[in-house]
Amino acid sequence: MLKDKLISSFMAFENNVDIDNPVHDVRVEAMKNFEIKGFPSKKEEAWKYTSLNALQKTDFSIFPKQTNTLEYKDVKKYFIHEIDTYKVVFIDGVFSSHLSETTHDGVDICLMSSALNKPMYKQIIDVYFNKIASKDESLTTLNTAFSKEGVYIYIPKNKMPKKPIEILHFATGNEASIMLQPRNLIVVEENAEVQIMERHQSLTSNEVLTNAVTEIFAAKNAIVDYYKIQNDAAEASLIDNTYINQKDKSVVKVHTFSFGGKLTRNNLNFYQNGEYIDSTMKGVTILGEKQHVDHHTLVHHIEPNCESHQDYKGIYDENSTGVFNGKIIVEKLAQKTNAFQQNNNILISDKATINTKPQLEIFADDVKCSHGCTIGQLDEDALFYLQSRGIPRKEANALLMYAFANNVLASVRIPELKTRINKLIANKLGVNLGFDL
Amino acid sequence: MAYTEEELKKELETKEYEYGFYTDIESETFPIGLNEEIVIAISKKKEEPEWMTLWRLESFKIWKEMTEPEWANVHYTKPDFQAISYYSAPKKADPNKTLDDVDPQLLEMYKKLGISVDEQKKLQNVAVDIVMDSVSVATTFKKTLSEKGIIFCSISEAIKEHPELVKKYIGSVVPQKDNYYAALNSAVFSDGSFCYIPKGVRCPMELSTYFRINQAGTGQFERTLLIADEGSYVSYLEGCTAPSRDENQLHAAVVELIALDDAEIKYSTVQNWFPGGKDGKGGVYNFVTKRGICEKNAKISWTQVETGSAVTWKYPSCILKGDNSIGEFYSIAVTNNYQQADTGTKMIHLGKNTRSTIISKGISAGKSQNSYRGLVQIASRADNARNFSQCDSLLMGNECGAHTFPYIEVKNKSAQIEHEATTSKIGEDQLFYCNQRGIPTEKAIALIVNGFSKEVLNKLPMEFAVEAQKLLEISLEGSVG
Repeated sequence: MLKDKLISSFMAFENNVDIDNPVHDVRVEAMKNFEIKGFPSKKEEAWKYTSLNALQKTDFSIFPKQTNTLEYKDVKKYFIHEIDTYKVVFIDGVFSSHLSETTHDGVDICLMSSALNKPMYKQIIDVYFNKIASKDESLTTLNTAFSKEGVYIYIPKNKMPKKPIEILHFATGNEASIMLQPRNLIVVEENAEVQIMERHQSLTSNEVLTNAVTEIFAAKNAIVDYYKIQNDAAEASLIDNTYINQKDKSVVKVHTFSFGGKLTRNNLNFYQNGEYIDSTMKGVTILGEKQHVDHHTLVHHIEPNCESHQDYKGIYDENSTGVFNGKIIVEKLAQKTNAFQQNNNILISDKATINTKPQLEIFADDVKCSHGCTIGQLDEDALFYLQSRGIPRKEANALLMYAFANNVLASVRIPELKTRINKLIANKLGVNLGFDL
Repeated sequence: MAYTEEELKKELETKEYEYGFYTDIESETFPIGLNEEIVIAISKKKEEPEWMTLWRLESFKIWKEMTEPEWANVHYTKPDFQAISYYSAPKKADPNKTLDDVDPQLLEMYKKLGISVDEQKKLQNVAVDIVMDSVSVATTFKKTLSEKGIIFCSISEAIKEHPELVKKYIGSVVPQKDNYYAALNSAVFSDGSFCYIPKGVRCPMELSTYFRINQAGTGQFERTLLIADEGSYVSYLEGCTAPSRDENQLHAAVVELIALDDAEIKYSTVQNWFPGGKDGKGGVYNFVTKRGICEKNAKISWTQVETGSAVTWKYPSCILKGDNSIGEFYSIAVTNNYQQADTGTKMIHLGKNTRSTIISKGISAGKSQNSYRGLVQIASRADNARNFSQCDSLLMGNECGAHTFPYIEVKNKSAQIEHEATTSKIGEDQLFYCNQRGIPTEKAIALIVNGFSKEVLNKLPMEFAVEAQKLLEISLEGSVG
């Protein structure tokens, strides 16, 4: 089983890292937790609708046996190449300096491995590393135990990088099956701003399992835009754990676009440690075949006068399964909280399934909280209207679905990214509308 | 003290009687504890046929292997199942007791609810010297019912008189192994109601356990079985608005409703058991399993007003098995002080063109916790299923909590599901508006709460609705300061 393999791999892993570094104590502690807990089973409430059993039976290799390289021209299409960006690229979990463009010019956009090992970053690592990530959720601790490489971004006070940042994880498929565990740390100081796009891409049909953890710290007045593009190959699975800590008046937006992959699980956690915070999470999910996507969001309203907005749209075809579990906790102190949650779904096929569970836990009285959830079909009248004007049924369908998802796209602030996602949606729906969406 | 061998022997004998397994089925109250002997003794006491005894024993076997569920959002000290006596005969009226002996606080509450003196006496187990109205009413009712062929009696009576019906339907909606408390109930249920409405009969009046109150006390483990045959209609009332101070801490009832083709059942509950003191001490644990099954074109409607009990754990559900069947759930749950309620419903859509509506209103005050937990499930063959759910919570004060856990599982593309939930408090401006027009704050709050719960109150039978409205006011009294 995968668990045993991971436990024994940890010893091999220890030979390759500096075990005198205090970070290693964190890893050992995390490994202990994973050894006790193991992979979550469907008996656990949070994993009721998502099973990891099949994945655990695969014999994933934990470390790549060789260093692989890729040519830019072969993978160009996966970049938002229309604009200039900072790029942090990993190939089978190993940093590729050849494809990347990092910087230390005013801001730090570089590697987790250097941040963890170089003394100049020690102060920041001490303050932030593994501080918001869960210390008892088993998959997060598994990642912590093997935390070694990933992206490190530090934006000092009043700074903003000149261009957006792209993070790309390629899996070459040179190994039959591989497990990757990137660990990212993003610290955005007071009045600073950053835009990040992240994508996991497998290049073959070999199996890949990614268990990623990202910690984001947004200080006072900071603005963070994070875009996750999940359009991976058919045999790639992703477990994405994102933890976000926000201070006064910060604004963090996370957009998740899930179109690909075999199994995708998004654990998106917001902790509001300050007042007048705005947290936004939006998502578009379009699935077919036997795909499975599970969105688990948590917004923890700890202090007063904050807001949170959630808007997830899903379209499910063929044998796909969608899960949405949105949890909002409003603490006793968090008066005058406004928390909104919206989850709309369309089922296209009789074999598709949607399980949704919006959840509110409210301990304060002066709050406005609401959640809405719908499951339905495309409007026959609207379809007829379009058809009567000469638009074929398939295109009419796609047009309506596009309109359905458009709310989420409206808040994407990078135009080139928006165009790219429009194309991905058109692709996924299998239509060419003959005009730019 | 020196005592003789003779005395020692005597003492040992009595000791054995006290703790031994021998149970005197003639006695009024059984010794505490639960084992097979007790289950058999309950069955014997009720003069049940063998199949029933076996059914109880089977349930007991299942129960022994189950563990108490912990997933509900409630916290309480688990009851010790070996410290409960599982049978006690209905209490006889105490001839020396008068209304003066009754807790004046309770009497005050009766007065507010507008309950007549006779009824008050009955509720408090006080002997009534004049012929009570409701008794004579009950007799007249019985006559009308039997003319129509309606069977309405206690479940023990039904087991004896109508075994074919009971045998066919008991456990068909809530199987013995359904959950921990349902299994326990199946093993030890003391009594409850049985109702059968024949084909095509429209029950001319609201049936109520209320009319049976002097025939048999309902007790701790109540079992209700209600069968509406093809094309029939019945409206059933359970409980009453009057507060009851029950000595039994644990209540685990099972209610099964069967609506055959084209039948309609309307089931209303008002629950106002002792919620525990202001400091959170005492109070009833109410762990109920209620479920109904709808055949073709049938309809089941649950309406509940929950104001009592320290801990409530209750999910009246509908299995919409037949095509075109309808399930409804209307609920108001009020919690105050240290009360905890985890309640909601399950709508299981199996048939085609099935519809369900869920309206749940939660009001929390004091230090209470109020949760809505619901499931809407659309099976892959349930074409054109439709569900509308709305759960609203009202918070009063900043020490209470409101929680919603709605589960929606859909496997059919033609389903249409809408779910809405909101949480809010009573608006300052709403209160100000009322105050400005000379309505004191306390009254204004009652007004607003009533408006908030109107959608559900409207579904209650007339007389019930009036009482329930008053009950809401009383439950929330003093919660605003």
